[in-house]
Amino acid sequence: MVVPVVFFALFFAWPVVSIVERGLRVDGAWQFGRFGETLSRPEILDVLWFTCWQALASTGLTLLIALPGAYVFARFDFRGKGLLRAVVTVPFVMPTVMVGTAFLALVGRGGLLDELWGLRLDGTVWAILIAHVFFNYAVVVRTVGGLWAQLDPRQEEAARVLGASRWRAWRTVTLPALAPSVAAAALMVFLFTASSFAVVQILGGSTYSTLETEIYRQTVVRFDLTTAAVLTMVQFFAVGAVLAVHARIVRRRETALKLVAPEQTARRPRGLGQWALFAGVLLSVALLIVLPLGVLVERSFATSHGYGLDYYRALQTPDPSGTFLVPLLDTIGNSLRYAVVATLIALVIGGLAAAALTRRAGRLVRGFDALLMLPLGVSAVTVGFGFLITLDEPPFDLRASWILVPLAQALVGVPFVVRTMLPVLRAVDERLREAAAVLGASPWRAWREVDLPLVRRALLIAAGFAFAVSLGEFGATVFIARPDSPTLTVAVARLLGRPGELNYGQAMALSTILMVVCAVSLLLLERLRTERTSGEF
Amino acid sequence: MSIKKAAAAALVAALGVTTLAACGTEDVRDAAGKSGAPVPKTVTLVSHDSFNASKEVLAEFTKQTGFTVKVLKSGDAGEAVNKEILTKGSPQGDVFFGVDNTLLSRALDNGIFVPYAAKGLDRVPAEYQLDKEERVTPIDSGDICVNYDKKYFADKKLAPPVTFDDLAKPAYKNLLVVENPERSSPGLGFLLGTAAKFGDDGWQGYWSKLKANGVKTVDSWELAYNQEFSGSAGGKQAKGDRPLVVSYASSPPVEVLYGEPQPKVAPTGVSTGTCFRQTEFAGLLNGAKNPEGGKALIDFLISKRFQEDMPLQMFVNPVAKDAALPELFTRHGVVVEKPETMAPEKIAEKRDPWIQQWSSLVLK
Repeated sequence: MVVPVVFFALFFAWPVVSIVERGLRVDGAWQFGRFGETLSRPEILDVLWFTCWQALASTGLTLLIALPGAYVFARFDFRGKGLLRAVVTVPFVMPTVMVGTAFLALVGRGGLLDELWGLRLDGTVWAILIAHVFFNYAVVVRTVGGLWAQLDPRQEEAARVLGASRWRAWRTVTLPALAPSVAAAALMVFLFTASSFAVVQILGGSTYSTLETEIYRQTVVRFDLTTAAVLTMVQFFAVGAVLAVHARIVRRRETALKLVAPEQTARRPRGLGQWALFAGVLLSVALLIVLPLGVLVERSFATSHGYGLDYYRALQTPDPSGTFLVPLLDTIGNSLRYAVVATLIALVIGGLAAAALTRRAGRLVRGFDALLMLPLGVSAVTVGFGFLITLDEPPFDLRASWILVPLAQALVGVPFVVRTMLPVLRAVDERLREAAAVLGASPWRAWREVDLPLVRRALLIAAGFAFAVSLGEFGATVFIARPDSPTLTVAVARLLGRPGELNYGQAMALSTILMVVCAVSLLLLERLRTERTSGEF
Repeated sequence: MSIKKAAAAALVAALGVTTLAACGTEDVRDAAGKSGAPVPKTVTLVSHDSFNASKEVLAEFTKQTGFTVKVLKSGDAGEAVNKEILTKGSPQGDVFFGVDNTLLSRALDNGIFVPYAAKGLDRVPAEYQLDKEERVTPIDSGDICVNYDKKYFADKKLAPPVTFDDLAKPAYKNLLVVENPERSSPGLGFLLGTAAKFGDDGWQGYWSKLKANGVKTVDSWELAYNQEFSGSAGGKQAKGDRPLVVSYASSPPVEVLYGEPQPKVAPTGVSTGTCFRQTEFAGLLNGAKNPEGGKALIDFLISKRFQEDMPLQMFVNPVAKDAALPELFTRHGVVVEKPETMAPEKIAEKRDPWIQQWSSLVLK
């Protein structure tokens, strides 16, 4: 409990509080009057309204499309499942600039929809919503699917033997068991889409802005820290309220469940209905995720004289201007190193927090549970600027240190670790732990023997998330990455920022490599899981 | 081991890592301190994301002065300047490079720089030296201009536009894409260019004409250039249909440099009567830990060696008279005879109200 609290206080609460104070206290006088003034401006109200409803709509749409996917991944056994699970997670690491490009190629001028039906969605809210589904599909599939796969299907079958209809059996047996993880997934998608920045900027044109883009505008463009601080506070309380409501809903629902190995629950689809569901999910994944990514891959091969490997070859040779001091291929190593460190930090902090949260149930602890989610909903600009004015004294003058990158990335990774592990940890029957204790095991040993085998799967899923988040992270990385060690995402952004065919093509090629690196890393994590867990049950 | 002990151990480890990391950045300084030499050997340059310099040139600096340059990139230009204002007195580094004339007043009014007259400043024309108190030193300049797709205009047998007035003519209807001045610096430069050309009360009328002539607005240079512009590689793939875009006078040479294979002539051209001049400055930061190294670095930034390296690194023009332009620029670039300019104080005063007026005029 102590470690996560200190980590959270030092690298999140302190920077955010400091920057808000800086904005709200001008010459020693608090500017609370600015709240009413700012919040009565019509354009700010428009921003608040749009932020809320697009996040709600995005969350609803994502659940609608991804829950069948979660079911298919949890209950069906099919070839290439691991690969497909890795593929749906790839969007998570993609630099948003690239994703914007990919979506414009599908829904924009001359895009697929335009050519087929003369339909253009760029600059509309639909483009934003669809891109949000693309990004967050994996959140639902992984958090809900992870638990679903471990639920014993025999409980539902027992209910049906006792005379319950299929629907009733699902509603009374499976749904209550799944509810906490569905709620957790919905919450994360909501927080992500409410603080969406680049998607809104690229696909929404100049028409739409969210609280997040507005905070950026006030901080970076206008340098109006007071307005930014007011908006940060609004964001803070709104996110806090959402978290409180969520905690209330979920608390009563979490019960001990009988968990089994996922290998036991999955089988090949049977019957027309199941095959139709399976095909539907595959189709939606193909349209929503594979197709946009495919556009980028296609462009990475499309040179001015037909398809070829020219851009990939160029990645190995130094840049004609000598701008990138290293061959661009080296950026893969840099990205992986940062991601590994960030994942380890997130696992340690998140794991300890999750363990502490299962053991204690006081009000304070529950509050802390919600607090750990805050970084997902609070503006990255606020945190970044806060870092600058707080972490400026030794031993915490981290502004120029590489560790700042994994620390900032871990801040986003920790909520995933906690959220993925908590439902599983809480589902562990307390009597198992008690039995272990009665038999003389120390708490550590009891955890290792009872909890760990059951949560190992969740732990690896969480690790995959934390890893993907840090691999694709851009904001903190661009700030700190040295010129001689850029990461993949930083290199892509720099290439796109310059004219010239070679730059554009290399950006596409690097993005393709980023996809492959992500997919392969996640596949390796999956392999780790099956090897270790086989024979455990 | 109990959970508490494990937690305590992990905390110690976590703090250990961060402290070590912090020390890692300090140890050069500490080592210098212990050996009795109080001068730190590292000089830290804070800049925006577009900063680049070749390795040999930075090594040359180390050879000349004994200082090693550490570069810290701090976001886009506006973000980087704001961060320096926030950390005033406890700066992230010793020298800041990359504040341009559109942001200069904000930086100077907040007092983030201390005066330093760089050695060799006499080689820089007076027109670039915008701060009389010498708190900042001009390093490079560049022009924001409309670029055109040569092939489009050749195919249509239409002369490409040259001036601001041309852009509002019916022959060029629905051809131009610009960036939102609130979110993009070329967009802001273009707006300031029109204000300089048509006057404080004349530019609104000009933009109404542009709007009637079908100007399109997007949020960033990347979107305008790589998606909408028909003359760039990205734009061709994305089936961009705008042959006119707000970009830089140096964009055509860069298209040549990164052509695959390199073309003999640039595929794009510059409308030389639509340009706004941007000048970038460097200054010694208030509270710098290594002011000596910082001063040496500023001297170096306007030295012939660095100035001649700059064009191919950041695609800008040197300001020092003795610095020669690379062949790529002399052959494929253009000379902008009379770019529009504006005093930093005026930009600081008008920037926000103008952007607001522009938004309600063009976006709504």
